[in-house]
Amino acid sequence: MAVASSDTAIRSSNVTRTFIYLFLLLFALFYLMPLVIMVLNSLKPLSEITSGGMIAMPREWTIEPWLSAWSTAQIGVEPTGLRPYFINSIAMAVPAVAISTVAGALNGYVLTKWHFRGATWIFGLLLFSCFIPFQIVLIPMARILGLLEIAGTTYGLILVHVVYGIGFSTLYFRNYYAAFPTELVRAAQIDGAGFFQIFWRIMLPSSGPIIAVCCIWQFTNIWNDFLFGASFASGDAAPMTVALNNLVNSSTGERPYNVHFAGAIMAAGPTLLVYIVAGRYFVRGLMAGSVKG
Amino acid sequence: MGFLDINNVTKSYGAVEVLHKVDIQVEEGEFLVLVGPSGCGKSTLLNMIAGLEGISSGEIAIKDRVVNNVTPSKRNIAMVFQSYALYPNMTVGQNITFGLEMQGTPKAERDKAMAEVASLLQIENLLARKPGQLSGGQRQRVAMGRALVRDPDVFLFDEPLSNLDAKLRVDMRTEIKKLHQKLGTTIVYVTHDQIEAMTLSTRIAVMYDGYVQQLGTPKEIYDTPANIFVATFMGSPAMNVLPAKLVEMNGAIHAEVGSGDGEKHLRIENAPEAYRSYIGKSVMLGIRPEAITDPEGADRNSRNIQALTNMVGVTEPAGADTFVTMELAGKDCVARMRADAEAHPGQPFEFAVNMDKAVLFDPQTEERIA
Repeated sequence: MAVASSDTAIRSSNVTRTFIYLFLLLFALFYLMPLVIMVLNSLKPLSEITSGGMIAMPREWTIEPWLSAWSTAQIGVEPTGLRPYFINSIAMAVPAVAISTVAGALNGYVLTKWHFRGATWIFGLLLFSCFIPFQIVLIPMARILGLLEIAGTTYGLILVHVVYGIGFSTLYFRNYYAAFPTELVRAAQIDGAGFFQIFWRIMLPSSGPIIAVCCIWQFTNIWNDFLFGASFASGDAAPMTVALNNLVNSSTGERPYNVHFAGAIMAAGPTLLVYIVAGRYFVRGLMAGSVKG
Repeated sequence: MGFLDINNVTKSYGAVEVLHKVDIQVEEGEFLVLVGPSGCGKSTLLNMIAGLEGISSGEIAIKDRVVNNVTPSKRNIAMVFQSYALYPNMTVGQNITFGLEMQGTPKAERDKAMAEVASLLQIENLLARKPGQLSGGQRQRVAMGRALVRDPDVFLFDEPLSNLDAKLRVDMRTEIKKLHQKLGTTIVYVTHDQIEAMTLSTRIAVMYDGYVQQLGTPKEIYDTPANIFVATFMGSPAMNVLPAKLVEMNGAIHAEVGSGDGEKHLRIENAPEAYRSYIGKSVMLGIRPEAITDPEGADRNSRNIQALTNMVGVTEPAGADTFVTMELAGKDCVARMRADAEAHPGQPFEFAVNMDKAVLFDPQTEERIA
């Protein structure tokens, strides 16, 4: 009797399991469809797309659209391809992510381990900056960049993104360090370590997960930003997102959809890569501090 | 002047004073234990000695040097924390030598000091491991190693044993005591465990509510507690404190316990002069459980054993001893008997009360009458 009933239990759980996986598969297909279409169309000649074969497999495989998007396509008035703008975006995102992460870590460290009057207020104000809509700051920011004489440059964009990023990165690190044992800081103080020595030698080496979270978050936001890029760095200093827009808008005559698709994948590539490489830390880091262990 | 001087030190957070005029002189080589319930200010005082908390008024001096405004690392102290506070990203060896590294000691000297400490604490085989791979007892040793390696003037221990299981705690307690005897270092040790305080210390400061209630040797604290708080906090089970009345009968002072028919008289010999003024007044009578025994188990050196017949309430055999609870003056009163004492619940029993060990407290001030 017992054997039979446990047998039924296994069988019914198998049925459930099959349904669950079918369901998941369906959703995965649904979400992956656009990417699949993009990849397929970026690998076929334009004639195959214009003749109505958008969903079909390429009859003739070619990497020509990719080469064109990368180095010869018309962006605005220059036939430079996306390459210089890709480099612009890297030159913007990497320092901006690094600076805002380090600044956030320092802020979190000071706010949690070096109590001072008004710390909660300062944290509140920093947090508030996370919720200020981008559009509000456009004009004052343009003025400031002008005064600093970095308007229209990559440095200007770095500054804008660092300023906007510090709110979030401080939030992440403050919450992470709030759960970090203060006794460790005190022990290091007695051992004679100074403010920065404690930060570099004790705090940062234990911050792996939250650094990953912060970098993913910042990189995704900064890389994908269009508004600041379009407002403060048009022309040669434009980031990838703006260049992609220009690529799509500046072709004359027949629209080279295959090149557009290739360019779009290039623009999305780095954020995808960051998620794949560091994504497993993301959930782990977000959960850190909320539960024990 | 002592080795470590705490002179009239207070601590306030805003308008709230949490530590009131603490005054303790610690001699070189002394093992001072600060003991008290949580929130009594003992950890705050320790952190003030360490320099982790500011001093609101008064001064702290180590070796005649006032350290009020000296940073922790320059006070030549070392501290062992309750959570051990080992740096998780460093190996045991790096943990131990981190302080020396921060002080700029050359690597060769650091390694030599580390080797000495490691062999003293028998942790040589752990040096390459990370703290996460160690057991509680091993972490404890490493934490002590980190303190020892700096050869400080004063060691500060902040409840170092409270994260260990019961058996290990007793072992480590013995080990700390051995280490103190061997090295002769000056130690200030914070605990809420009165047994740790009694066993380890050369002197105890019992703290409560931001005041040092009593400062003295373990024996002084135990035998002549300054007030009811100290009397009941130190010792397990706690001292029995019973309402009583002092009366004079047949030329001797007696403590009258209970009222009406159930009243009992316990004679007090060699009464201090101060007792006289309390004759006819109510007092609180303090008797330790081990001063109430079965007649065979009574202290033979005592000259004043009083018999007291009473109903046995509950018996709790604890192996070596049996604790017997009876009701006296409306309160539960615990007696500590030999394991094979013939006390049975619900039956009358003749208790032997060693009145030499009894102390009296003023019911209003709760101070000991002496």
